[in-house]
Parts: sequence; C-alpha cells; structure tokens
Amino acid sequence: MEPRAPDEPLVSVSDLTVRFSRTGQTIQAVNGVSFDLAPGEVLGVLGESGSGKSVTLRAMLRILPAHRSSVTGTIRVAGRDVLALSGAELEDYRGGTVSMIFQEPMLSFDPVFTIGQQIAESVRRHMKVDQQAARARALEMLDRVQIPSAKRRLDAYPHEMSGGMRQRAMIALALACKPKLLLADEPTTALDATVQIQILLLLRELQREFGMSVIFVTHDVGVAIEVADRIAVMYAGRIVETGSVREVIRTPRHPYTQGLLSSTVRGELRGQRIEAIPGSPPDLAAMPPGCAFAPRCKHARDECLRAVPGAVDVGGGHEARCVLLKLAA
Amino acid sequence: MLLYLVRRLLYVIPIGLAVSAICFSLVFLAPGDPLSAVLPADASLELIEKLKADYGFDRPIPVQFGKWVARAVQGDLGISIATGRPVNSELARAISNTFVLAFFACSFGFTLGLVLGFIAGYWNGTWLDKVVTSLAVAGVSVPHYWLGMVLVIIFSVFFNWLPATGMGAGGSSEWAWDWEHLQFVILPAVTLSVIPTAIITRTVRALVADILSREFVTALIAKGLSDRGVFWHVVKNAAPTALAVMGIQLGYLLGGSILVETVFAWPGTGFLLSVAIFQRDLPLLQGTILFLALFFVFLNLLVDMVQTLLDPRIRRT
Ligand SMILES: Nc1ncnc2c1ncn2[C@@H]1O[C@H](COP(=O)(O)OP(=O)(O)OP(=O)(O)O)[C@@H](O)[C@H]1O
Ligand code: SF4
Ligand SMILES: [Mg+2]
Repeated sequence: MEPRAPDEPLVSVSDLTVRFSRTGQTIQAVNGVSFDLAPGEVLGVLGESGSGKSVTLRAMLRILPAHRSSVTGTIRVAGRDVLALSGAELEDYRGGTVSMIFQEPMLSFDPVFTIGQQIAESVRRHMKVDQQAARARALEMLDRVQIPSAKRRLDAYPHEMSGGMRQRAMIALALACKPKLLLADEPTTALDATVQIQILLLLRELQREFGMSVIFVTHDVGVAIEVADRIAVMYAGRIVETGSVREVIRTPRHPYTQGLLSSTVRGELRGQRIEAIPGSPPDLAAMPPGCAFAPRCKHARDECLRAVPGAVDVGGGHEARCVLLKLAA
Repeated sequence: MLLYLVRRLLYVIPIGLAVSAICFSLVFLAPGDPLSAVLPADASLELIEKLKADYGFDRPIPVQFGKWVARAVQGDLGISIATGRPVNSELARAISNTFVLAFFACSFGFTLGLVLGFIAGYWNGTWLDKVVTSLAVAGVSVPHYWLGMVLVIIFSVFFNWLPATGMGAGGSSEWAWDWEHLQFVILPAVTLSVIPTAIITRTVRALVADILSREFVTALIAKGLSDRGVFWHVVKNAAPTALAVMGIQLGYLLGGSILVETVFAWPGTGFLLSVAIFQRDLPLLQGTILFLALFFVFLNLLVDMVQTLLDPRIRRT
C-alpha cells in the first residue's frame, strides 16, 4: 500500500467516466463524476432512475462487466489507485476495504448456500482465519445486526428468511470484514416502510460504531436527509449539485435539485419518489453537448446548450453545475 | 422428507402393476402366433396343441397374465422359446453387457458434455460458445445408426484400427477389463455418447450462463472471491439440474439402445429386444420389456430423490 498523507480523504474520485458499448451504441452512463469523501463521512447520492448512481458505485468496486464497459478517470480509496488494481490485490480490495449492500437482498445471496456459509466465506477470504473462527465471526455479526436467534439463522438458507432479515444478513456480510467504505445501493427500497426505518437506524448506528465512510444511494430525499452528512445530486451521469445536507436542502442552487425538492412535499418526505419534474432524462446514447437538463429546465438559455456548465462553488463546499450561478458570481 | 420418500416408493407398486399389464398385453396385439416361428412348417396339429399347453398359451389371456405376474414377482420370467434357456439368465447377461457399454458412453459423454457446457456458458455469446453450440445441435440431430456406420467405415473398414461388431473375439459375450475387450467397446460407446454429450453440453451451457448473469454472482465478486471461488458457487447451483439430466441420460443408456446395439451387434438388452421381436420370442420379449419399463420407473424415482437431496429449497419444504 502506498503511503497516505494524514489529511487525504478516504475516497477521491475524479473525472470518473463509464461507457457501455452495446450493439454499435455507446451508452454514456457516467460522465465525469468527481467527489471526495472523508473517513467516517456519509454521502447520500440522489437522482432519478438511470442517472448513473449504481454504475458509479459498481465502477468504484470494479464489478462492471469488464468486456462491455470502459471506465476512465481516477478512483483512489484508502491510498490505492483502484483502477490500477488487479489479481489478488483487487480481490483484497473488494469486500476487504470496500463492501457493498445491494438493493434486493433475495437476489444478492446465493440461494444454495446458508447465510452463515456466505458470511464465513467472506471472513475467511479477508481475515485469513479458519472455518471455525469465520463461523464465530458470522454469528457475532448476525447478533450485531439484531437478527433474533442468530445461532439458528446461521444455518438458514436465504429463502427461509424475510426480506428485512435478509437485508440485515446482507449488512452483516458487508460489515464482517470491517471495511473502511460501505457502498449502499438503495438498501431499503425493496422493503416495507416500517422495516425500512429499522434498517436505516441500524445502518446509521453501525456506521458510527465502525467509523466507516458510507455512500448511500437512494431515490428518496427523506432517506438521504436521514442518513447523510453530505448530498450529491446526480443527473444523466453527472453530479449536478453537492454540499452539506443542510445547504443543499435549504438552498438548492441547481434547477434540477430545486425541482426535485419541491416535488417532495414537506412533512411527507419519506417514501416519496422523484418523478414530478416534467419531461424525461436525455438519451444516454446521444448526450447533448451542453447542460443535459436543458430540455426540462425553465431557465434554459443559449449558453446552456454550448458546453457542459462547470461546477461553481457557492461557499462552504456547496457546488452546482449551472450557468445561472456563473452569471450571479 | 422421509414421508415423501415412503410415499414415492409406494407409488411404484401400482405403477409397476400397470406397466406390467401393458407390457404383457401389448405383445398380444401383434398379429401371428407366438409358436409359429419355432415350429417346423409341417408340424402336426397335435404337436402345436401340446406346445401351446406347455407354454400356457391355450389359457385365457387374463389367466396367462395372472400366472405370469405371479411367477415374475418370484423372479421367474419363463423360458425363452428360441433358446430354451431361462429368460432370467438371458436378461441378466444382456443387462450386464448394456451396463458395460453405458459405463463407457457415460464416462466419455458426461466428461465431454460438462467441459464443453462450462466453456460455452462461461464464454456465453463468444465465437467459442457458437462453435460448441453448433456442435451440440449437430450432436442431437445426427442419427445414431448413421453415425455408427460412418464410424465403422472409417475406423474398422478404412483404417482397420478397431473391430466393427460384437463385444469380444469369436462372438464372445463375456466382458473382461483388457484391451482385447476394450477395443470392441470404443466405437459403440462413442456412438452412444453423442446424444447425452450434446444434451449435457446444452443443459450445462444454459445453466452456467443463467447463473453467471444472476445478481448474486456480482455480489460474490463484490465480496472479493476469486474466479475459483465463484466457480464453486456456479457448480453448486448448477449441480441439481445437471445431475438430474445426467441421471436421466444415464438411465436411457442403461436401458440399452436398440439401434446402436443392433448396428454393432453388441449383446445387450437393446439387441436382446430386437432379437426377441424378430424371432417372436414371446416370453423373452415380455420379460425384457417388463424389466426395461420397471427400470425406468425406478430411474425416475431415483432422479427425483437425488434432486431433492441436492436442492435445499426443495429439501426443507
Ligand atoms: N451492464 C450494463 N450495460 C449497459 N448499460 C448499462 C449497464 N448497467 C447500467 N447501464 C445503463 O447505465 C445507465 C445508468 O444506470 P444505473 O443503474 O447507474 O442507474 P441508477 O441511477 O442506479 O438508476 P436506478 O435508480 O433505477 O437504480 C442506465 O441507462 C442503464 O441502462
Ligand atoms: S445550465 Fe441552463 S439548462 Fe442547465 S440547469 Fe442551469 S439554467 Fe437550466
Ligand atoms: Mg440503481
């Protein structure tokens, strides 16, 4: 591992670009995403369907289909150049330094192995311990995520558990090897409202206890406010606005963020889906040269169409990509 | 689970009875007299009547059936009209010969099918996959007897490397584990293995491609497993279905192939069946069909049980 300056962020992504090539088309799923994340910080990523949230997380863990995607830019996590990793180093990184919780816990467990086996497998891989110690660690983690009668659940198959239980088990699996960074891709979307809240509370509690950084992807503004320190709003593969939760929610500067927040009625934040902005996101196979939000933006003007607006810092690390801000400055 | 097994086993009794009734009566649907084949053309009526009485052919069919079943459950299937030997011992030797052939065909076919299927599934959509898939399609489409004859022409007639027919020098029908006998089994085994190879290739290819496209494989990679670690998960997920398909294929091969055994004059059950049909050897025919039918009933039971044991999702419910 390379030496790391003490004030270096845990995660530093710059100009991340992901393209998929499929039947002669190039899908520009992520278009120059840059952000930093401090140790112990929680970043909430908001954005509507197809805005590139999952692809960004998958690129960070290097789990995109290798032959159909091309990833450029730099991703540094815990001092490592992630895109340069290969072989055993990459395997150590996945699940050891960074781990991931997926949206659908039923689909992300292997149906023919028990929960205990699947947690222990990861523990053995990263902590270099024997089967017994790995099993003990699995049990400890199931206890830690408050799964009742954890000992019995160790030998349960995924289909024998409820959705909420499975997501707890997924969290146990993800955290068993004490990662420095947790990538959570809509971990509560597939769950009932009451279970959602329990899982969110659990995640927040564990995040504090483990002191890890989290990138939390969600559709749900309420959830983002609940769990995040900072928010990044994505649109068509770009972060169009980022800043502290407080700043972004109170004084959104990008027209897309403004639309997003106004469509989420106050007091009813949780459970609201983002959909109330008229129009639809651009075709990622034919991205416009300028601001991708222009066709839906009521402030759009000529210069919006010329080039992608640069990020403007409006103070305190609150940034947005909109020509209006440049005019104001 | 135990209850399920017992219930499945009990089902076998009525199925077995029904199957034997059908086997027995099917034979009577065929035209002609069972004894005509063995009797001289000028046999006296007296002799015919006597023989009929000896074999019990003069009794009403239900009575014949009752007697036949009663003896069959005691393991006595009667006497072959053509050879005069007990059907039992004819059958036993044919079964063991068919098993030898099936053993070689399966060892070869399953290994090849698993390897090809894995390769095609793993590199799903690439040229490698396309080559393997076309081979598999060709494999299930090619007629057995045609392939058998082509192999004989190439390896026996043209190169003179391998014997064309039989299972041992001088028409021997006793198996031994030496090259003398091995060389006889190669061509029929390869011919017989083509369809199971193709079917297993296709099954495994579809299984592997499907499993690899599932979200949990991404999750396995995400937790840091190596290709080898993921491979093991793929194997365990594919195993129940792959084993069931292999079991069924093994079963078909153990049942013997009339066409392949006839082309290669391999003295197994398929060959025995064709001999019995052509000679209208009624007891032999009934005995052989009964054995094969019951064999498939048990085979299905076995496949079901293996699949149940291997798949935790069925096992616990
Ligand atoms: N493996 C892939 N091959 C081709 N295109 C892909 C692939 N994965 C994602 N995409 C495309 O990339 C774009 C971004 O997808 P992504 O999954 O990141 O969206 P998202 O923001 O996570 O949306 P959601 O909220 O629906 O999960 C989509 O248009 C999607 O079709
Ligand atoms: S850059 Fe122009 S089109 Fe884009 S959000 Fe700002 S005003 Fe609207
Ligand atoms: Mg997503």
